[in-house]
Amino acid sequence: MPSIAPSKIIKYTNCRLVRAGAIVRDDLWVRGGRIVNPEPVFFDEQVQADATVDCSDALICPGFIDIQINGGFGYDFSSDVGKLEEAVSTVAKGVLATGVTSFCPTVVTSPCSVYHEVLPKLKRTPGGKEGAGILGIHLEGPFINPEKKGAHPLECIQKVEGINKIHNIYGDLGNVALVTIAPELPGALEVIRHLTSQGIKVSVGHSKGNLEEGEAAVNHGASFITHLFNAMLPFHHRDPGLVGLLTSQFIPRPVHYGIIADGIHTHPAALRIAHRTHPKGLVLVTDAMAAMGLGEGHHCIGQMQVLVEGRQAQVVGTNTLAGSIATMDDCVRHFIKEAGVTVVEGIEAASLHPAQVMGVTHSKGTLDFGTDADFLLLCDKGPLRVLNTFIAGECVAGPSLTPHTIKTPRVVLAK
Amino acid sequence: MRLVILEDNERVAEWSARYLIKRINDFKPGPNKFFVLGLPTGGTPLGTYKKLVQYHKAGKISFKYVKTFNMDEYVGIPRDHSQSYHSFMWQNLFKHIDIDPANAHILNGNAANLEEECQLYEDKIKEAGGIELFMGGIGPDGHIAFNEPGSSLVSRTRVKTLNQETITANARFFDDDMSKVPKQALTVGVGTVMDSREVMVLITGSHKAYALHMAIEEGVNHMWTVSAFQQHPRTIMLCDEDATLELKVKTVKYFKDLWTVHHKLIDDHMMDTF
Repeated sequence: MPSIAPSKIIKYTNCRLVRAGAIVRDDLWVRGGRIVNPEPVFFDEQVQADATVDCSDALICPGFIDIQINGGFGYDFSSDVGKLEEAVSTVAKGVLATGVTSFCPTVVTSPCSVYHEVLPKLKRTPGGKEGAGILGIHLEGPFINPEKKGAHPLECIQKVEGINKIHNIYGDLGNVALVTIAPELPGALEVIRHLTSQGIKVSVGHSKGNLEEGEAAVNHGASFITHLFNAMLPFHHRDPGLVGLLTSQFIPRPVHYGIIADGIHTHPAALRIAHRTHPKGLVLVTDAMAAMGLGEGHHCIGQMQVLVEGRQAQVVGTNTLAGSIATMDDCVRHFIKEAGVTVVEGIEAASLHPAQVMGVTHSKGTLDFGTDADFLLLCDKGPLRVLNTFIAGECVAGPSLTPHTIKTPRVVLAK
Repeated sequence: MRLVILEDNERVAEWSARYLIKRINDFKPGPNKFFVLGLPTGGTPLGTYKKLVQYHKAGKISFKYVKTFNMDEYVGIPRDHSQSYHSFMWQNLFKHIDIDPANAHILNGNAANLEEECQLYEDKIKEAGGIELFMGGIGPDGHIAFNEPGSSLVSRTRVKTLNQETITANARFFDDDMSKVPKQALTVGVGTVMDSREVMVLITGSHKAYALHMAIEEGVNHMWTVSAFQQHPRTIMLCDEDATLELKVKTVKYFKDLWTVHHKLIDDHMMDTF
C-alpha cells in the first residue's frame, strides 16, 4: 500500500475494534506509529484524518505477542548459533502473517558457550516491515529439574549454586526479558528475587515443585508459569503442584500461565480446566520449533530428521514429538473453538495477557490511545483469519489496502 | 408557526433529518457560502443525529460547508468527560461526518473568563453570518437550551446557574456524587435562538405533552421559554403523537389537516418510504 508520511493521521474505518474486553464499532486513528485519541485531534488541533482506509467490516485487534518461540522456518535460536541473524530475521518476518507483532525468542537449555554467543546478538528490536519486534529473550533453562527436562539436553542442565553462577553461565543479561527456572532447586528463590529486581520476569517451569515451592517462587517475584501442564507434576488433589498456583490464596497477585493450545500438547479438556479456573491469566504461547512454517513432509533440522504430518512434528523413526509447529493464529483459533471462549477472550490471551506478563501494556497488547499501532485486521466470519498485520502503523503483512485521501494537499505520499 | 405531528419519535428523527438535509442541500453551500446550523444535545435529537450519520454515509449529505454552533455546555467538567456536550457531539455526530473541526463550535465551559467566552460566541455567530437554522429540544418544563423557567426571553449567551432539580437529576451521571455535578452551564439565550432565520424544535414523549401545550396553546411566557418562538417568523415544531396528549383536539386536527403542505417540506423522492 502506498505509505503516508508518519506524521499524518490515518483513520481505519468501517471496522470493529477489540477494546476494553468488548467488540465496539468505532474507527481506529493512527499517527506517528501510535494509536491516537481522535477527540482532542478534532477539538484541539482542529484537523481531520489525512486519509481513511476502508476495512470492509474487518475486526481490528492488538497484534499477537508470542513469549515462547524457539524458532521456525527451519531455524532454531538455540542451535543455529552460526547463522543467528538469519534465523532471527527469517522467523521475525515469517510470523508476521500469523499476526505476531512482538515475540520473545526462546533459548532452551544449552551449553554455556551458546549463551555467551547468542544472548548479546538477540537484541530487542521495535519491529517493522523486516519482521516482528523482539521484546527480549526468554531463557528456558538451564536451571531446571533434570527429571522434568522435556526435550532439553540433560548434560546441559545446571544446578543453581548462587547468583554468581547464573551470571557466569548466561553472561550478559541485558537482552533477557524472561527466565524459566525450577523453583525447587536449592538457591532458586534467591535467584528469582535477584533477577526480578533487575527487571527480568521469572517463570516457573520444567519443575517437580509442589505448590508451596511454587508459592514461594511467586512470593519472591515469579509471575508466570511456563507451558502449564507440560514438564511439571500432574495435578494431584492433595498436592496440586504448580497447577495449584492458578487458585492459590497464598500469593500476593494472580499469576499468568503459558499454554500451548495446538491441540497436541494440551488436551482440550485441560485447556478448558485452565481457562475456567483462571481466565485472566491465560497466555497463549506457540512454543514453536524449527519445523513451524515448513509445511508437511520430511525436514532436516540440525542433527534431527523430522516428519511433519498435520499438526504434529515427530522425530523420524520414533514416537517423540519434536515440539510444537503451531502458529499463533492457529492457537487462537484452537483456543476459541476448544475452550468455547469468545473471540475477544481468544484475542486477549494472545495480546493483552502476554503484554501484562512482560510489563509492556503501556505500549503493547491493547488498542488504547497512546500505545504502539501494532494491530491486526481479522476476518471473524467463520474461524478467525488474519488479513493484515500492522506494526507501528505500517502494514507489514497481508494484501494491500489503499488509503483514501480526504484532503489532497495534506497527504504526502512516501517515495 | 408550523406543527408537524408524526407517529412516533422514530418518525420525528427521520423527518427532522430529511428536513435538515433538504434545507442544507437547497442552500447549495460552498467554500464562500456556509450553511450555519445551531445544534442541541440530549435524548430527543439523538435519533436525528443517527439518521444524519446514516444519510451522510449514504452520500446524501456533506457537512464540508456547514458551520455548527451548539446551544450549551456545562461549566467546569473536563471536556472529555462522558457527560460533556463536547463528548456527546463527538460521539454522536462529529466523529462520523466530514465537518471541518474548525467549523464545529461548542461553548468552552473551562474558559478562564466565562463571560468573555459567551461574548466571543455571540461574535462568532455574527461573524458566520448568523444562524440559518437552529434545531432544539425542550425540557418537560418547556426550557430551551439551559434557558430554564424565568429566563429572559431576550437573553443572550451567558453563564446560567442550574436549578436544584437539574443538579439532583444529573447526579446519576456523576457517580452519585453531588460535588462532581456541574452547578453552572454556558448557554445561548432565547434571544440568540430568536435571531436565527429558522427554528426547528423537536418534542417527543408524553412527559413533554404539557410543555407542548404551554408552548403553542397558551401565550408567550418566560416560565415556558420555548413559547417565545410563537413570535418567530419561521418556527417548525416537530412532535410525536404522545406529545400531543395535552393539546386540544381542534389544535391537533388543524395541524394534521396541513399534512399535505408539511410533507412538501422534505424531499419528495425521500418521502416515498415515509
